[in-house]
Amino acid sequence: MSGILVVTEQTAGVWNRMSFETLAAGQQLARTLGKSASAVVFGSETGPLAAELAGYQLERVIALEHELLGSYTADAATGALSWLIAKLEPDVVLFPHTYRVRDFAPCIAARAGHALVSDVTGFHVESGVLVLERLLFQGKLNADYTSSVLGTVFASVQASAFRADTLEPGTAAVESLTPPLVAASIRQQPEPPFRESARAVDLTAAELIVAVGRGIHEEGNIALVAELAEALGAELAASRPICDSGWLPMERQVGSSGQLVSPKLYLAVGISGAIQHLVGMKGSRTIVAINKDASAPIFEVADYGIVGDLFDFVPALIEQVRKAKNG
Amino acid sequence: MKILVAIKQVPAHDSRLFIEPTGEWIEENDLGYEVNEPDAYALEAALQLREQHGGEVIVMCAGPARVSSTIREALAKGADRALHIEEDDLRHWDNLSVAQLLAKAAQTEQPDLVLTGLQSDDLGFGQTGVIMAELMGLPHATLAMSVEVVDGRLRVKCELEGGWFQYVSMPLPALVTIQSGILRLRYATLMGIKRAKTKEVRKITPAELGAAGEPGITLRRIYAPHSLKQTQMLAGSVQEQAAQLVEKLKHEVRVI
Repeated sequence: MSGILVVTEQTAGVWNRMSFETLAAGQQLARTLGKSASAVVFGSETGPLAAELAGYQLERVIALEHELLGSYTADAATGALSWLIAKLEPDVVLFPHTYRVRDFAPCIAARAGHALVSDVTGFHVESGVLVLERLLFQGKLNADYTSSVLGTVFASVQASAFRADTLEPGTAAVESLTPPLVAASIRQQPEPPFRESARAVDLTAAELIVAVGRGIHEEGNIALVAELAEALGAELAASRPICDSGWLPMERQVGSSGQLVSPKLYLAVGISGAIQHLVGMKGSRTIVAINKDASAPIFEVADYGIVGDLFDFVPALIEQVRKAKNG
Repeated sequence: MKILVAIKQVPAHDSRLFIEPTGEWIEENDLGYEVNEPDAYALEAALQLREQHGGEVIVMCAGPARVSSTIREALAKGADRALHIEEDDLRHWDNLSVAQLLAKAAQTEQPDLVLTGLQSDDLGFGQTGVIMAELMGLPHATLAMSVEVVDGRLRVKCELEGGWFQYVSMPLPALVTIQSGILRLRYATLMGIKRAKTKEVRKITPAELGAAGEPGITLRRIYAPHSLKQTQMLAGSVQEQAAQLVEKLKHEVRVI
């Protein structure tokens, strides 16, 4: 098969929403390269999901089914998809850059003798060559990568880099395939997934969020940002390092491993904007960032920026917010 | 238990980065370096496993002479010995060829467990450990929050998305990539720093391992990110900046 193969992700019949962003990326890439896009959904009961994919503009939809794909394991996913890719020989394989994809896609590329370009944010064609764009240094710099060998290009697509609402509808033929998996070759034994605590704080519903990051330096200083949140009537949130340190509970974490939020106002205090954080908040309507480092990636997504010392700025802001509210 | 920890040296967290005039890489001359943060947690996890089960912790690091400081720091924290893969020009190796190099070096030690950080803070591919597992024929788990050995098997708590977790168990030998922030990192003691000086650092070259950096993917150029938004920077004194922001919040964002 020439063309683009998009690998989707589902758990117990429920889509990972990044599947659709990756399908959109696949369609876009197909148009750019003058090729067609196809999609695969893998699991133990993929019928309804494959039927849903058949409603998009794709050359074909493959339902890759096996009972050993029922609960995800890296070994089964690698075995099944490596078999399919060897059979189809696509030009490009696109994955959503999910936690699960990070667990198996590098194995698939390595087994095929290729390097996977992970966490891709965009692509373009330069003198007939496909250039994949991604971020370096946690978002501080961009980089262009090209494939220097013949054969399949493997890439995974960053969350929110492509828009699912650009997906073109259409009709595609569904084909069911059974990979040759054997139970003895699967070494990981997964237990049922669980949550640590019932989520008490629903940041996704908050209209205003004030979030604090590493720049706060000490646990005792969190109170200052909490005071700002209170003055604005906002929920208090944090980047991962703050929650890892136990300064705020995990349920206040925004980012790829926390909650994905899109409030009216997101005020980031002392957050540099590592990509894991940005994917969780860049959909916010208005973003304000205060950071001492003018080159911090948070300013790339900010509408308003203040470069300076948060310990000077935040008290001044609290005072003026209070004045404005009472005035 | 013999535990091998693959660590990487990366530019220090708060470094100002400048792009070389050729646009190929960053200026490295005045840069400070430190251990890749998730790798520091991989080392900590290894040291704690050794405290529980006995055995040996070996750190492995590839790079030029400057990575010696990162290796010494790991030895000072308690690793027993180290493997330094000497290569001055790693930037021209891609993620696959670096993992091939590390896998070959790891195989000279025949470890029971290989640990490494889930991703690097510089290139951020998040693949090295997973590719190593594939090349070494080891079962693996990623994004580990905790690692325990139960009845000779590994039981790993893995982080899934959206606040979900899952335990995955597998036979040893195995490879696990460690999530950042899962443990309290220890500091090197004065005694540790002193003892590190006498610990063995085995040096080995890619040629000796039969590895070559033939990249399948090439980094063509690096550049400053395009701003996704037209960011309006608020200038003036702190009081003026605060007043401007309150104006915006009141009249444009309309949240006050």
